[in-house]
Amino acid sequence: MKLLRDTWLVFGRYMSLLLHNPVWIALGVLQPLLYLILFAPLLKPISSMQGFGPGGAYNVFVPGLLVQLGMFGAAGVGFSLIAELRMGVIERLRVTPVSRVALLLGRALRDVISIVVQSLILILLALPFGLSIHAVGVIVVLLLIGLIGLLTASTAYAVALWARDENTYAPLIFTSTLPILLLSGVLLPLGFAPQWLRNIAAINPLSYAVDAARHIFNDNLGDPSVAKGVAIMVVLSVVAVAIGARQFGRAVA
Amino acid sequence: MDTQNPEAIIETHGLRRVFQSRKRLVEAVVGVDLSVRRGEIFGFLGPNGAGKTTTLRMLATLLPPSGGTARVAACDLATQPDKIRERIGYVGQAGGADREIVGRTELVFQGRLYGLTVAAAKKRASELIEMLELEGAADRKVGTYSGGQKRRLDIGLGLVHNPQLLFLDEPTTGLDPQSRARVWDEVRRMHDRGTTVFLTTHYLDEADALCDRVSIIDYGKIVAEGTPEDLKRAVAGDVVTLSVVGDQQRAFDLLRDQPFVREARMENGVVLLYVDRGEVAMPAILRLLDGASLQLQTVELHRPSLDDVFLRQTGRTLREAAA
Repeated sequence: MKLLRDTWLVFGRYMSLLLHNPVWIALGVLQPLLYLILFAPLLKPISSMQGFGPGGAYNVFVPGLLVQLGMFGAAGVGFSLIAELRMGVIERLRVTPVSRVALLLGRALRDVISIVVQSLILILLALPFGLSIHAVGVIVVLLLIGLIGLLTASTAYAVALWARDENTYAPLIFTSTLPILLLSGVLLPLGFAPQWLRNIAAINPLSYAVDAARHIFNDNLGDPSVAKGVAIMVVLSVVAVAIGARQFGRAVA
Repeated sequence: MDTQNPEAIIETHGLRRVFQSRKRLVEAVVGVDLSVRRGEIFGFLGPNGAGKTTTLRMLATLLPPSGGTARVAACDLATQPDKIRERIGYVGQAGGADREIVGRTELVFQGRLYGLTVAAAKKRASELIEMLELEGAADRKVGTYSGGQKRRLDIGLGLVHNPQLLFLDEPTTGLDPQSRARVWDEVRRMHDRGTTVFLTTHYLDEADALCDRVSIIDYGKIVAEGTPEDLKRAVAGDVVTLSVVGDQQRAFDLLRDQPFVREARMENGVVLLYVDRGEVAMPAILRLLDGASLQLQTVELHRPSLDDVFLRQTGRTLREAAA
């Protein structure tokens, strides 16, 4: 009960900060939109090749873009936290009886909402290009992307609390997210990949999320890989939230 | 613990904190025994890096001690941090208000964190704004505030829930003299309302003007403790410098063996008397000189400062230590 109330309070604070600066939401949509307009057309000729997978260029590419949006959209959230550390905001919050889990969850949920809204905008914009998806599929895929956002944001906050300054945080977070994204087949299906790349991808949890997203866009909601991808993201998100909350509780010099 | 003092709002025994820095272990706080009484303004005085902030952050539940025990606001620091958090306020050096947020919004949010309803939190925010004279700034973003306004808002954030104990970490560092005086007034008003205030400072005049009792900390250890008056008196008492018309030696001989004079010296043709309490010694000195028909030419009473205390305890002046 207290956790819910505290989470709602913290969420409200950061949501209102975001709404006062909607330009960030627009920027979050802009990048995937550029991919959609400037890169996706290149995929058309190769979409019939073996290994590309069924469903046409947009139904293969948009799920990857959404996963990328979920991850990149949340990877940078630690910057604002570092600014708050410097202003003493985090210390001030930590000295109140507010739940430590709420301190993390409230902000991370704000990031999730922003990513889900961006994802929905992207899906709607892709429809005229030839994307096709069921309403139920949209809901499931938004859930999946939301989980990726929660996982990434919680991890990013934990790293920011540990790093405490931008010069440590930035290289750490960006050099780790890029290989994770590339090794999950977001840009092109791993059907094209040589065996060694596929082996690495098999231990990359994000590739299961991408796999699940592609099946959802293929009207294959019942496919076991969808449940598998969602389940993996749920488990990892719980772990990341627990680690992030612990970082909020832990004192740092 | 059987050594508990019921009047103490803070009581620590052997409080320690060690930091791991690279491969070295740094002892920031070596073993602090403190007893802060309910309702007093307690000053923690020391140079930068002496361990003031580290001790404060441990007592405010922000940093777990490496050793020792502490009771804060009738709760055990190790086992009841949540209870302590409900009862204390803490204003760190950086303050704690977000530059991007409107001051009033910050106060309301802080009240909500302490469990107030929206209506109660708004009411409390208005009270604090009036009390801290922030009416003109409250509805602007914190980023537009002057140093003094920002500091008053930070203090307001620490007072939202009417804590019995307020920690202030260097509350006037970086403020202009006028803003500094206002913060002092604010601290005195909290004191009048019964709030215990625990503040750190490296300004001697601040500790002297504001605090009921002071602890001096250096290299993570407490080197002296008492009221500012007691501490200064323990150093050398007061110093009376006088000269008479005519024979200084006669005055010196007359006064040197008086019971209230601890030590007497002749220096550059004036008489220096070290006395326990200048305000008591002065009339006696005047009477003695008058009785011996010696006419006083100059007289001066110099009180030792806390700087003298620090010098005596650490062998360095506070200004040297800070540099």
